[in-house]
Amino acid sequence: MTATETTDTALRTVTLKVNGQNIRQEVEPRTLLAYALRDAGLKGTHVGCDTSSCGCCVVLIDGDTPAKSCTMFAVQAEGHEITTVEGLGSPGDLHPLQQAFWDQHGLQCGYCTPGMLMTAKAMLGHNPDPTDQEVREFLSGNLCRCTGYNNIVKAVQQAARVMRDEAQAQALAGMVPTPSTGTAEGGAQ
Amino acid sequence: MFPAAFDYIRAHSAEEALAALAQHGAEARILAGGQSLIPAMRLRLARPAVLVDLGGVKDLGYLHEEGGELRVGAMTRDVTLERNANVRARYSLLTDTGAVVADPVVRCLGTVVGSLCHSDPSGDWGAAALAARAVMVARSASGERLIPIDEFLVDSFQTSLEEGELAVEVRFPTPDGRTHGSYQKIERKVGDYATAAAAVQITLGEDGRVTHAGVALTAAGPRPVRVDAAEKLLLGQLLTEDVIRAASEEARAVSDPFADTRGSVEYKKDMARVLVARGLRASAARLGTGVTA
Repeated sequence: MTATETTDTALRTVTLKVNGQNIRQEVEPRTLLAYALRDAGLKGTHVGCDTSSCGCCVVLIDGDTPAKSCTMFAVQAEGHEITTVEGLGSPGDLHPLQQAFWDQHGLQCGYCTPGMLMTAKAMLGHNPDPTDQEVREFLSGNLCRCTGYNNIVKAVQQAARVMRDEAQAQALAGMVPTPSTGTAEGGAQ
Repeated sequence: MFPAAFDYIRAHSAEEALAALAQHGAEARILAGGQSLIPAMRLRLARPAVLVDLGGVKDLGYLHEEGGELRVGAMTRDVTLERNANVRARYSLLTDTGAVVADPVVRCLGTVVGSLCHSDPSGDWGAAALAARAVMVARSASGERLIPIDEFLVDSFQTSLEEGELAVEVRFPTPDGRTHGSYQKIERKVGDYATAAAAVQITLGEDGRVTHAGVALTAAGPRPVRVDAAEKLLLGQLLTEDVIRAASEEARAVSDPFADTRGSVEYKKDMARVLVARGLRASAARLGTGVTA
């Protein structure tokens, strides 16, 4: 092939599974995931720096991998499950992280918040009881120009506590014998 | 900031990727983690006509020991090395490096092999690979060949991969005996390229003397720099403060950085010295030799 020949760079249809819903979209191969998500009406994913630095555009891939969606093409995401901030909670049913950012004043202008929430969710998935230093380190690829970060760290720690308590309550509930399941293994003493 | 238009091919096996490379030749670039290539494309510094995505090549996402080597597949993410307990216990240089590449979110997608193929002299994996004496595995239609990392990293953004070759794996020799290392990096902020950085790996014999030494620098020339003189100087020596000082002076001598907003040439050369000394002390501390880091 020579440089003058055209390649198949035209629009193509991709099906993205976002927050459990299939979204069909016409994209070019060069369409970045962040823009495809925003074009689909999901405006919670923000583009901040446009240079893979700030983390405002972080989404989760396959539930647990945080990714800067401005540094990934939409065509790459096909076949993967994407979670955006819209899939985290809703105004009537906030995720513990969203509630904690509210309670702890973990935001001022709010522009970086979706990325902070998604990165924090990924971190708590593999480290449910982080130290403050670990929170700071894992969020170091997410920039906030308002808060000075202290309240963000407090918010993540509050959410971590709430999520640990919820997990413990669920584990305990699973150990209580019910008529349908009988006594679970390692059941209540 | 959108890249120039390109055609996208998702490969599902190394063979499919090789076929796409054979078809498109120099027009094509491999997309692994994309954390260096996509930013370069957005700035139009890179304008490949075709991207061949390895994202669907599931069997290149491995990390295991075999044949006296740690073998890292082309789709193995930085974060996988960073969090692996065996790597942490036995390949401390790689754990150190994995913890400071870009930022934690970028490391969830960025790949070790991809970074080496990008061959950015300011990238962290290059110096680490030199110090650890890594070997790259290149696959083509005619089979596989092994490329020592010194031969692989030719120049800025240039490797010795031939057209039609795919880097499928990087191998790090499994340390024998008492081996530890350290990666020391100065950066203005998280996610920045190194102002200066040094990779060190040391093996000690029964008598506490150095039997193998790897010393290399990031952002100290057009490609990662192996500090030969420091490696030779360390061999057969005890890791005393005098030896560490002398070895780190060799790093300053060979460092060839350019001045930019991160610092002057003189400053960066001196930081190469400081970071090699810190890396040697940290390695000594990990080896329990009594030299305080």
